[in-house]
Amino acid sequence: MRLRRRRAIPERSVFRLPDLIAEAVAGILQRPARSVLTTLGTVLGVGAFVAVLGLTSTATGQIGKHFDALAETTVTVTDAGESGVSFPADADQRINRLNGVVASGVYWNVPLRRPVIGSAPDVRAESRGNAADLPVYAASAGALAAAKPAVRTGRLFDAFHDKRGEHVVVLGPAAAGRLNIHQLSGRPAVFIDGRPFTVVGIISDTERLPELLLGIVLPRATAEDLYPAPDPAVNPAKMVIETRLGAAQLIARQAPVALRPDGAGLLRAVPPPDPRSLRDDVDTELSGLFLALAGICLVIGAVSITNTTLVAVMERVGEIGLRRALGARPRHVAGQFLTESTVLGALGGLTGTALGVGVVLAVALAREWTVILDPATVLPAPVIGALTGMLAGLYPALRAARTEPSEALRR
Amino acid sequence: MGPTMPPVPDPGPDLTTQILELGGPGDVPAAPILKPGEPGPEPPPVLDLDGVSRVYPGPPAVAALRAATLRVTRGDYLAIVGPSGSGKSTLLNLLGLLDRPTSGTYRLDGVDVSGLAERERTALRGGRIGFVFQSFHLLPHRTAVENVMLAQVYNGRPRRHRRAAALAALGRVEVGHRAYALPTTMSGGERQRVAIARALVNEPAILLCDEPTGNLDSATSLRLLGLFDELHAAGLTIVVITHDATVAERARRVVRIVDGRMDELPAGAVR
Repeated sequence: MRLRRRRAIPERSVFRLPDLIAEAVAGILQRPARSVLTTLGTVLGVGAFVAVLGLTSTATGQIGKHFDALAETTVTVTDAGESGVSFPADADQRINRLNGVVASGVYWNVPLRRPVIGSAPDVRAESRGNAADLPVYAASAGALAAAKPAVRTGRLFDAFHDKRGEHVVVLGPAAAGRLNIHQLSGRPAVFIDGRPFTVVGIISDTERLPELLLGIVLPRATAEDLYPAPDPAVNPAKMVIETRLGAAQLIARQAPVALRPDGAGLLRAVPPPDPRSLRDDVDTELSGLFLALAGICLVIGAVSITNTTLVAVMERVGEIGLRRALGARPRHVAGQFLTESTVLGALGGLTGTALGVGVVLAVALAREWTVILDPATVLPAPVIGALTGMLAGLYPALRAARTEPSEALRR
Repeated sequence: MGPTMPPVPDPGPDLTTQILELGGPGDVPAAPILKPGEPGPEPPPVLDLDGVSRVYPGPPAVAALRAATLRVTRGDYLAIVGPSGSGKSTLLNLLGLLDRPTSGTYRLDGVDVSGLAERERTALRGGRIGFVFQSFHLLPHRTAVENVMLAQVYNGRPRRHRRAAALAALGRVEVGHRAYALPTTMSGGERQRVAIARALVNEPAILLCDEPTGNLDSATSLRLLGLFDELHAAGLTIVVITHDATVAERARRVVRIVDGRMDELPAGAVR
């Protein structure tokens, strides 16, 4: 019976979404100045939020002061094998084929037992000219090139020398001084245990492998022909790889496999430190403080929206009564005020986001930084404003819904 | 007069629907069952109060309205008069479905509204009752036509039809020329006419007016009463609550409330 009687009521009050939004926007636009002031707290809160997060990510994203382009383009692969040299003979070519490699080569400290090193054939172990303490390095032509030496006189040995195992050496400045070889016009030679090596060049400086400055460098094939392989446990063979900027991490992952597809574990590649870890850490305590301030601003914004909406509800009691008389249900009234506060909050959030992004841009411009804004912080920021507005509007909306229409209409 | 608004809906099918929907003679005792094609004998009264009381719970409990019985039929023009504090507002709230009676039966358009849920009462209020208030209750930031359109928001009329209906209603109360004026720029009489247009736009069963001339000067009041006469002549059911004798004397019937007790005055007694 009751059900059928209910069906006798043909209509039921509705409040369609377009109407809801139109009414809410009309409510906001009724008092534009007040609406703007109301959103101020949300603008500040969301703006501070975006600005702090944006500045933090921008500042953190800048390359640190310790950034070193040379270190960033150097990958070192170390022999971790059991014995001998784990690098294949064509190591240089294998690595040079990788995209991002500029130059590469294998080198090691040649293990000599009490050598006799001099610039003349008659130097003996006990003679004053014996420079036995000079280190002797085996380096492939690629390694020598990757070291980027500055040639003082003569030239570097090249792949031809290397391939043929020519008895040539390049001297570091310290070795040249010790051996008293300063010019190549007299076709000087270095005698190692009595075996002569033609000095083809003297270098004055290197960018990589500074140890070469101290010693005598001979081609890899020559060293392999004449001397025992180094003990990986004591002084392992290494490969130096010069990469293009930014490729180092990738090359470090690829090199062991490219060199020894059969046993990449024999080689251990050491990439340069990740540039991201070189970034100057922004003072996280400070940004935490700012975020707390942003939160406080949001709370203030919410309170101010609550306050204004509450005042609006009281002011518009007559309107509420009228709407009830026109068939609005309490939930329609609540929905209208809740939508108003949510839209206010969303507008504040949008404005705040724009301002926050503007601040980040201005600071970055002034400091010549690259702006880094995470969409995950920027895009939801207006939603934070809307949520703030919605929360702030809950109580006033309930108050509005509870307004007695008969009381309200008496005004 | 707006073409979209027949002042009195055809009672025949209405009645049949109600009887069918209400499910039996128990609900509408007075209404006989109609045969198709036969003209309805007597439509149910628009308002039918039967022993309605309203007691405001105390302490002390106040009986604002005692055992009121009132029938308003279609096309009636009724004035309710009484000194302030007599229970006029209580009666208005009850008639306007803004309040529920403590006891008694109230039928609006044949529907017993006491048993209805608030949701349905709200819908009835919006759809069947046109309110006119002393203080107009126009939204100051909206034009006349927008104020009238507001009445159509909650009853689900499509947006695209609202403006035409609102303009027609404004034309009916002769303020069509001020359709795009803000209430703040209008005279009191114009504002009250806009409010009446808003009350009429949903084609209500009854126009419920609470001191409609209370804020108007006497000349404007007279012109507004002329409008009420016209609306009444066109078949609209009007209930006016007033303490103004000039308003009451224009009505066809006058009911007086004193201390919550209601008496109908004989015709012409107000004069």
